[in-house]
Amino acid sequence: MENTDIEQRIKKIVAEQLGVNEADVKNESSFVNDLGADSLDTVELVMALEEEFECEIPDEQAEKINTVQEAIDYVNQHTSH
Amino acid sequence: MYSKIIGTGSYLPEKILTNHDLERMVDTSDEWIRTRTGIIQRHIAADGQMASDLALEASRRAISAAGIQAQDIDLIILATTTPDMIFPSTACILQDKLGISGGPAFDVQAVCSGFIYALATADMFVSSGKCRNALVVGTEVYSRILDWTDRTTCVLFGDGAGAVVLTQSSQPGILSSHLHAKGSYNKVLAAPGNICGGKIQGSPFITMEGNTVFKFAVKVLEEAVSEAITANNLQVSDIDWLIPHQANIRIIKSTAQKLEIPMEKVVITVDQHGNTSAASVPLALDIAARDGRIKSDHCVLLEGVGGGFTWGSVLLRW
Repeated sequence: MENTDIEQRIKKIVAEQLGVNEADVKNESSFVNDLGADSLDTVELVMALEEEFECEIPDEQAEKINTVQEAIDYVNQHTSH
Repeated sequence: MYSKIIGTGSYLPEKILTNHDLERMVDTSDEWIRTRTGIIQRHIAADGQMASDLALEASRRAISAAGIQAQDIDLIILATTTPDMIFPSTACILQDKLGISGGPAFDVQAVCSGFIYALATADMFVSSGKCRNALVVGTEVYSRILDWTDRTTCVLFGDGAGAVVLTQSSQPGILSSHLHAKGSYNKVLAAPGNICGGKIQGSPFITMEGNTVFKFAVKVLEEAVSEAITANNLQVSDIDWLIPHQANIRIIKSTAQKLEIPMEKVVITVDQHGNTSAASVPLALDIAARDGRIKSDHCVLLEGVGGGFTWGSVLLRW
């Protein structure tokens, strides 16, 4: 699967979960600082990523996923997509 | 033979603590509490008012609604995380306050799942014919184990009690119960202190890894609903009322959304009560039964999740 596809899927999930326009979701966007997420939103976002990519993201790893790019990198490194 | 709930009751202490009151106590805000938890206010027990006192009021109302006498109760199962004392059990103290004796009385400790555990246990006694009328209670005075300087936990909880009378019936009644635990999560949500040599060892206050609790709760509450409806060959749409443990509106909404259960079918009390732990489900059940939302023949799913971790469900026909 192409990396651009993963990027698009993640951006779509981020937009849906956080209730923002997909166009506003940039690779460098921080969930909390740029997209208005609170701590529970980020937990729900991680759960949505786990569901989409059929993986389990441990809490200590999830804490390090603060931006769209960090989510993309995690999925690329830890799943078979 | 089945068991069936024939009366419900609840009690909330008089004193109300609003988010604005909390703003004056810790560094928090009404806006933060509302958006993160859905809580607007919670009730706080008076000094000296114990879990058994709250339980007594709720029990009297449930017994009265059932149209029986206290003397007809031949089993008491009481769920609490905040018992009156180390021993004897709060159930025995409640039995004394009700002026009855003879039948078994014991406490169940499953934290916020306590009432689900207690009701599932009472169902076994009643449906097997061992007891005729069980009094099942969830009662909590969480205000006693809150660190009122810890803004991450003290805003979440409240005090209260709920009770039901469960009796033998030729028709269900309780259709199924499912209980679970995952003890490896015991440190995630705890009041880890204990008493040794007359002194408290460790923290007697609630500690919580909020994000882990949130994630676990949403996951298992969804699984619990699926497990109950699958076991009964039902569809999600067959559930008339979902009564989840009232911990946090965000957990409840996230669960309902995943299950595609409209929020109109979910009983919500967390805004008015906060998280009353083992008392939350019977409190919500009593309110929805008394205001006429729950009607005869309705399919009602009760579910809870709490420290342990423990979780489970009881599905019943009203």
